[in-house]
Amino acid sequence: MTGAFEYQLADSWEEAVELHRIWGEDGKILAGGQSLVPMLNLRLVQPAGLIDINPIGAVEPRVADDRLVLSALTRHQDLLRSPLVREHCPILAEGAAQIGNVRVRARGTVGGSMCHADPSGEIPCMVLALDGQLIAHSPRGQRVIDAERFLRSYLTTDLAEDELLTEIRLPIRKHGQGWAFLETVRRYSDFATVEVAATATLSSDAHTVTALRVVVGGVADRPLILSDELLSAAVGGTGRDDELRAVGAAAAATVSPESDVHASADYRRRLTEVLTYRALGKAIERGRAESKGAGV
Amino acid sequence: MTKTQVQLRVNGRTHELWVGTNRLLLDALHDDLGMADVRYGCGEGVCGTCTILLDGEPVSACLLFAVQVEGREITTLTGLPAADAESHPIQDCFLQAGAAQCGFCTPGMMLTALALVERTERPTREDIRYELVGNLCRCTGYTKIVDAVEEYACRRRGNGSHD
Ligand SMILES: Cc1cc2nc3c(=O)[nH]c(=O)nc-3n(C[C@H](O)[C@H](O)[C@H](O)COP(=O)(O)OP(=O)(O)OC[C@H]3O[C@@H](n4cnc5c(N)ncnc54)[C@H](O)[C@@H]3O)c2cc1C
Ligand code: FES
Ligand code: FES
Repeated sequence: MTGAFEYQLADSWEEAVELHRIWGEDGKILAGGQSLVPMLNLRLVQPAGLIDINPIGAVEPRVADDRLVLSALTRHQDLLRSPLVREHCPILAEGAAQIGNVRVRARGTVGGSMCHADPSGEIPCMVLALDGQLIAHSPRGQRVIDAERFLRSYLTTDLAEDELLTEIRLPIRKHGQGWAFLETVRRYSDFATVEVAATATLSSDAHTVTALRVVVGGVADRPLILSDELLSAAVGGTGRDDELRAVGAAAAATVSPESDVHASADYRRRLTEVLTYRALGKAIERGRAESKGAGV
Repeated sequence: MTKTQVQLRVNGRTHELWVGTNRLLLDALHDDLGMADVRYGCGEGVCGTCTILLDGEPVSACLLFAVQVEGREITTLTGLPAADAESHPIQDCFLQAGAAQCGFCTPGMMLTALALVERTERPTREDIRYELVGNLCRCTGYTKIVDAVEEYACRRRGNGSHD
């Protein structure tokens, strides 16, 4: 059983921001509860007030200004079930299918995952790969934060104490853009040992790889974006096997993961190499199919 | 601590009870309402023995507070059989396949499987394993559980045997 707390319901984001201000550091936001409640049960955190934002409800995913707009309260399983998400940001469905178990996906939210900022979380890795923006609200107003800035370190974000995450905006997939999310886990439903999110853009004749973006999770205190220099072995190329292998090897050489009970640093480096190579291959293949208009 | 009155809709009946705001739904169901089929295993969302259906979706009762679910429809294993039946067809399939040994995981397994078959008429063995990955069994080795769910899906489609 958790320690005692006062339970507060927020029916709107305005109300949540106000309650959050009143409680200050003694209050905690409760979203899906899939990370917070285990910590409450273990008494790792003991807030005096719990502000339940679930009654606000998630607005359905929608597209505005070439961006997919997700409410912070969108649940993992909504990403799997929304045709709009599959059409405009299909990587989200591929990655969300690999989060936890069916009960976690039924309750856990994309906003909660971003705020929890686990360095192996699928959502942060994908939002960074898509170069997403986070919308925060506080009594001081609204702030737009780039994903790269938002994810600071282990369980640490750029949110100020009085800020709430309300929305996530993601650029929608362009013509000729492919995607892949791959991870390795010890047991299905565990957090990823290493995970890779990749997007690849192909020229209109489907011949040349014109842009790549790759993010690796589980190898540092936050997901890492592979640098343009590192990706240059494959950008401008045709997606040949040796080009992709070169990027994989370079990725493995740049990360410096730690060893823990789940995996040694060497094993994580090896996974970085293999998963990067495979994710690039898959993303390019899909991009090619997309730009030929064949669909996937 | 001050207590709040909540109304819980469980298996088609409304229960009124007084709970602390920090009362887990799991404890409210198991201890306050005496539902032995909703069970504490880990308290971290990992094991699945506390699985209930919340408006038809499997969720962990150990990660919800009782005050959060007013007005929602909760289903536990005991709510499955029709009023005039002794058991639900999924229970018959588990029994026939020998898919339960100690039985501790069984209610959670069946509720999760039920929700899967509700959504997916023809689940593959791989689909079943994927869906049940968050329900741990320390006895059976899972094979017979997958057999039972496959058989249940089959019966629900209305042909008594595998096709
Ligand atoms: C068994 C199990 C397995 C899991 N496996 C995985 C996995 O493989 N991959 C993975 O990524 N995750 C996994 N998770 C975690 C899951 O994805 C959580 O849903 C997620 O990390 C947190 O989302 P939540 O909505 O549950 O947030 P909560 O637990 O409610 O909150 C998490 C934190 O974020 C804060 N917060 C939440 N929403 C907001 C907001 N809008 N603004 C400001 N602060 C906010 C809370 O105060 C809290 O500190 C697993 C969880 C369990 C129980
Ligand atoms: S007791 Fe709830 S998942 Fe284990
Ligand atoms: S039958 Fe004993 S835990 Fe599954």
